[in-house]
Amino acid sequence: MFNYTFQWRQAFRALPEMLEGALYTMQIAVLSMIIGIAIAVILAVGRNSSSRWLRAPATAWVEVARNTPALFQIYMAHFGLGSFGIYLSPYVALLAGITFNNAGYLCETFRGALRAIPDTQMRAGRSLGMGPAKAFRLIVMPQMFRIAFLPTMNQMVWAILMTSLGVTVGMAIDLTGVTQALNARTFRTFEFFAMAAIIYYLITKAVMLASRLVAWRLFRY
Amino acid sequence: MIEIENVHKSFGALKVLKGIDLTVDKGEVVSVIGGSGSGKSTLLTCINGLEPIDEGRILVDGTEVHARSTDLNKLRRKIGIVFQQFNAFPHLTVLENVTLAPRKVKGMGRKEAEEIAVRQLEHVGLGDKIKVYPSRLSGGQQQRMAIARALAMSPDYMLFDEVTSALDPQLVGEVLDTLKLLADGGMTMICVTHEMRFAREVSDRVAFFDQGVMAEIGPPEQIFGEAKNEATRKFLSSVR
Ligand SMILES: Nc1ncnc2c1ncn2[C@@H]1O[C@H](COP(=O)(O)OP(=O)(O)OP(=O)(O)O)[C@@H](O)[C@H]1O
Ligand SMILES: [Mg+2]
Repeated sequence: MFNYTFQWRQAFRALPEMLEGALYTMQIAVLSMIIGIAIAVILAVGRNSSSRWLRAPATAWVEVARNTPALFQIYMAHFGLGSFGIYLSPYVALLAGITFNNAGYLCETFRGALRAIPDTQMRAGRSLGMGPAKAFRLIVMPQMFRIAFLPTMNQMVWAILMTSLGVTVGMAIDLTGVTQALNARTFRTFEFFAMAAIIYYLITKAVMLASRLVAWRLFRY
Repeated sequence: MIEIENVHKSFGALKVLKGIDLTVDKGEVVSVIGGSGSGKSTLLTCINGLEPIDEGRILVDGTEVHARSTDLNKLRRKIGIVFQQFNAFPHLTVLENVTLAPRKVKGMGRKEAEEIAVRQLEHVGLGDKIKVYPSRLSGGQQQRMAIARALAMSPDYMLFDEVTSALDPQLVGEVLDTLKLLADGGMTMICVTHEMRFAREVSDRVAFFDQGVMAEIGPPEQIFGEAKNEATRKFLSSVR
């Protein structure tokens, strides 16, 4: 029934090339998280604002980011904007698409974390003579950070996996891009994609493990 | 001295304070009793400027709390307040809870702040708990930590809002003992309380609040012995 003979040696020989691709994968994921967190904070402030002109665009961003396929978001950044004459390279388009998605999800994560902290905490800080900014920074923010930490790390894992969608907009240097190129050259589809899958798995596991360690070190209460 | 003059305060259409007049002298302990919703907590949050008022004025050492020019952050340094729900900062150890404001508000050095904090914590019987997080403390211990936290700012006035009513009965005593110690030390205090024995034993004067009005005020012997006001008598017979 099967007459496919596995040829792992070829795949192992390509390992350095694939690991180099994995570095690009990590680079895009990390950048998309850093920019995504910054935007998410702005979106969260916007969504909680009393001004409709701030609330509406922030809400629209969150709704689209969370309720449409990530693939479309990346497509839009590349081909969609291309229709308007704005050309983003595959790298930038992929980064933009994932950042867009991250910001939408993280905005809600941060808002939820903020809501989870009773406003009596703020009052207690103010009663001790702290101004609103100081009370927020010293009392509310650290608690928010703890609540949002693991969900944020989950999003990081999603970001790593989402980078694989870059192949659809011509991304060739990340792990999936490299794998796809190797596959096209050799037709050793199973071996190469199995290897790639294992690398993705190990990366995401490492990220989760590291974040558990960090959380355990950081949040002693 | 805290001078409260004709203070009115509403939440929307609900009139919560309807012309309160009360002067608390240095070193005096005034207990405030009264039914639920009569405006006792609201009065305390008005005194330290957490809530605005609609009419009248409140002076603390001659400074008008609600005047535009008043620096509330500075004024609050000398008015400690402790709430019913302890409000421990869960992300900080007991010691850090107490040193936070002296360091970040007063700009005190870590060492000096810690010395003061340890002294205050020992004073309230938490000398052996300084390294733990509040989640490891009982309710009574958390409340005593909140008292130490307020005292570490060396306030001239302390406001207490039903600091024992969220506690199990067997923990009430330890917190009341702390308050008694403080009163004996000469602290100026306003205590909203449901503990009639405490009000009777510790206060110089007891004020009875009824629906936003201070219906009666006088020494404990008068309020608990021969209250003139009908509502006061009714309230007291209901809590006994
Ligand atoms: N922030 C607020 N917004 C709207 N209404 C409020 C607010 N705070 C208090 N109130 C209302 O004001 C009234 C007086 O409240 P307050 O907390 O001062 O009463 P209290 O005498 O402390 O009662 P209790 O003994 O139950 O603590 C209540 O009817 C309460 O519902
Ligand atoms: Mg109250």
